[in-house]
Amino acid sequence: MITLNVNGQAKEVDVDPATPILWVVRENLKMTGTKFGCGVALCGACTVHLDGKPIRSCSTPVSEADGKSITTIEGLAAEDGTFSKVQQAWVDEQVAQCGYCQSGQIMTATALLKNNPNPSDEQIDTAMAGNICRCGTYVRIRKAIKVAAGAPSETQEA
Amino acid sequence: MGKWTRRAFIGAGVAAGGALVVGIAVRPGNPIDRLSPLVAKGKGEQLINAWVKIDADNIVTAIVPHVEMGQGIFTSLAQMLADELDADWSKVRILEAPADDKYVSHDIVREFAAPNLEVPAILEPTASGSFLSLATVMTLQITGGSFSIRGTGQRAMRTAGAAAREMLVAAAAKEWNVRAAELRTENSMVLHDKSSKSATFASFATAAAEQSLPAKPKLKSPKDYKLMGKPIARTDIPEKTDGSAIFGIDADLPGMKYAAVKAPPVVGAAVETMDATTAKTMPGVLQILNMGDFVAVVADGYWQAEQALATIDTTYSKTDGDGLDQDALFARYAKMLDEAGDSDGDVEAEEGDVGEAFANAATKVEAEYKVPFLAHATMEPMNCTAWVREGKCDVWSGTQMPLMARKAAAETSGIDYDNVTYHNAYLGGGFGRRAEMDMIIMATRIAKATQYPVKMIWSREEDTMQDHYRPSATSRFQGGLDKDGKAVSWSNIHTHLFDPQEAPTVPYYNIANHKIRKIDVPTHLRFGPWRSVDHSQHGFFIESFVDEMAQAAGKDGYAFRRELLAGSPRHLKVLDTAAKMSGWDKPLPEGHGRGIAFVPSFGTIIAEVAEVDMTGKKPKVKKIFVAADPGFAVNPDGFAAQMESSIAYGLTATLFGEISVKDGAVQQSNFHDYPILRINEMPDVAVEIINGDHKRLGGAGEPGLPPLAPAVTNAIFAATGKRVRELPLSKVDFA
Ligand code: FES
Ligand code: FES
Repeated sequence: MITLNVNGQAKEVDVDPATPILWVVRENLKMTGTKFGCGVALCGACTVHLDGKPIRSCSTPVSEADGKSITTIEGLAAEDGTFSKVQQAWVDEQVAQCGYCQSGQIMTATALLKNNPNPSDEQIDTAMAGNICRCGTYVRIRKAIKVAAGAPSETQEA
Repeated sequence: MGKWTRRAFIGAGVAAGGALVVGIAVRPGNPIDRLSPLVAKGKGEQLINAWVKIDADNIVTAIVPHVEMGQGIFTSLAQMLADELDADWSKVRILEAPADDKYVSHDIVREFAAPNLEVPAILEPTASGSFLSLATVMTLQITGGSFSIRGTGQRAMRTAGAAAREMLVAAAAKEWNVRAAELRTENSMVLHDKSSKSATFASFATAAAEQSLPAKPKLKSPKDYKLMGKPIARTDIPEKTDGSAIFGIDADLPGMKYAAVKAPPVVGAAVETMDATTAKTMPGVLQILNMGDFVAVVADGYWQAEQALATIDTTYSKTDGDGLDQDALFARYAKMLDEAGDSDGDVEAEEGDVGEAFANAATKVEAEYKVPFLAHATMEPMNCTAWVREGKCDVWSGTQMPLMARKAAAETSGIDYDNVTYHNAYLGGGFGRRAEMDMIIMATRIAKATQYPVKMIWSREEDTMQDHYRPSATSRFQGGLDKDGKAVSWSNIHTHLFDPQEAPTVPYYNIANHKIRKIDVPTHLRFGPWRSVDHSQHGFFIESFVDEMAQAAGKDGYAFRRELLAGSPRHLKVLDTAAKMSGWDKPLPEGHGRGIAFVPSFGTIIAEVAEVDMTGKKPKVKKIFVAADPGFAVNPDGFAAQMESSIAYGLTATLFGEISVKDGAVQQSNFHDYPILRINEMPDVAVEIINGDHKRLGGAGEPGLPPLAPAVTNAIFAATGKRVRELPLSKVDFA
């Protein structure tokens, strides 16, 4: 049995300690917001936070999470469902297309803004370069990060 | 239950959810009587032939017969329906039509066939090749060919909304005893201003269902649009922002097991021997299957299945494709093009006498271009979950063709079609890849060999190596210019691709003599539609050669295209807009260049200007200016998003997209050797939309792609004088 702390909750899982966090979260804990894209730390679709730092959950064995806390996309919104600042910016800027990469994008962006509340264009590009979006939502990801950092949004009609 | 009549059918809709249901058959000659007996078979839930319902809480639900793969189609189609209905947008819900084809028959299909409506031929084989019409796309629930808005939306969703509105008004007129003409609708309410009466749509839903279907519901003119043409926020975005959106890969069933698979590296080979000694002993492993054309390991968890699969030794049978290398393939193309000479091959378009015009031309231009195979690389790898048990089969995936998936599952499982249910989810990217059925068939076969629901997931490696690829191709041109530098002849021969048939043709350019031919060059790799299909290759070929002709004529690429488009004001406007946006005449820093390209495709006219910085080791694409005329953009923000997306997809192909074969096998396997554009490589994108003809709508998902590659390579030429004739750019030495 491995005891994990996921999104603030203690969870017990009975898995091989070598199992990547990705599959434990998706299959054992049934939290499917974290995605499988490449399996070898090349795309960022599987990004979660381990003690607040973004990691590639497809390539990190669950044993490494022992005694640490994991945050997944499901853990970003407030208890009442209110979106985090980054998530809200993602909606305001209409970022997602197919949406498959976006959990990973949002986790990476959230970590970026935590460390650097006002990133430059270059810092955004550098921090986000590990996250592939095949739908090419990059222009909007840049905007959304700026908006989450406090720049005014060009809000949609809703 | 007895035979259903139209009323019974609608009545059942009302009874079931207090809903007014307007059938698919909103057209003259009311066919609902004929549809109803077919629908009756499947009990009350089968509203596949019904596109709008209104429930007791005045919620309007638009039922859309297309899938959502990031193109925002749910929102756009609902926008079209809700606008005609005068529905309150905040109370509109969207439902994907279930995969059910009880009413698909030649008879009905013919009833719906809209004459003169172009359906991309890419869809033809998928529709069993037996009919080709708007109805095919709608009833077979195919999403592709940038067709949803210009076909389904324009012809069906709007009509369904308008018809429902007229029925509600008729019902209100009867109840209030006033003339229908005195009533108006707004925000899901019917209003009678004279008497200050108003009531919700819901209060007339039942009575409206009693009204006859209007033969020709009146559609709004653009000045009355309230929702169409507005950048309305997409309804699927919030759930794609908090991890709750369910994709095919997220299917979850009690007792579900996981399968990892590996197919022979050379397509068409069979698994000859399999040694699974180690795999058998590994934890969690339940079953190891040699399926003949692939190996599958079924385990308690996907990671366990993958680990075990990696230990299995296999040998494969020999195939004709074994010896083939990429260079040999291009050599084969070249040889066959040589053999075709000046006259062989299938003529795709011809006018005038190219032979004579070229012979007499003052300046002759010749060039050959090549592009490689490309994989789709959807972010969500191929996957499918299937459960086959006593006389029943359920399948979960994300497909561009739900109805075909259901058929494929029925055929594969051998289970009666009526007992097969297909459940579609969001697609983590489609781009044509999810129009194939291989993942559905494989998962169903695995499920058939097991006792439990099985989720099959392809590794990224399998996804890259077992794709249905965008074909590689070679294209040769000869062009003639007269002494004033005017284009007088254009001849082209290229290796055969797919579709659309007009992709290699240039009817919009004034060139008196032209001839375009193709030759077939078979390869063992599987071909499949890839975003913008043949336009992805021909856009590059054609617009590169136009630029070479401009250069030979001593003219600027923009000015030369203006001459070619003289007399086509709509085309010219698009070209001029892109040039103006880019500041075409303004000087750029040393080592930077601008390139322009113009490609109308999928009903949308697009010009793009690329600005490229060539001062570094590698080309850096700085900005893309897009001018697009899709007729009318139903959701301008969604349209702009599709332009941005097409640019990223096209730029990946331009910069480094290459699938190559060695010894018959695809060499690339994951994102390290099949790289995808990353955010630091993404140019700024400016989009300007021109609504040039609100009656004929164009597509959004694909037409932004074809002009991208040539705009970039033409910009590279402007900056360096180096003409790129083969993609991707990663193969070109710019030192
Ligand atoms: S799935 Fe983990 S980085 Fe791609
Ligand atoms: S939104 Fe589709 S991959 Fe990023």
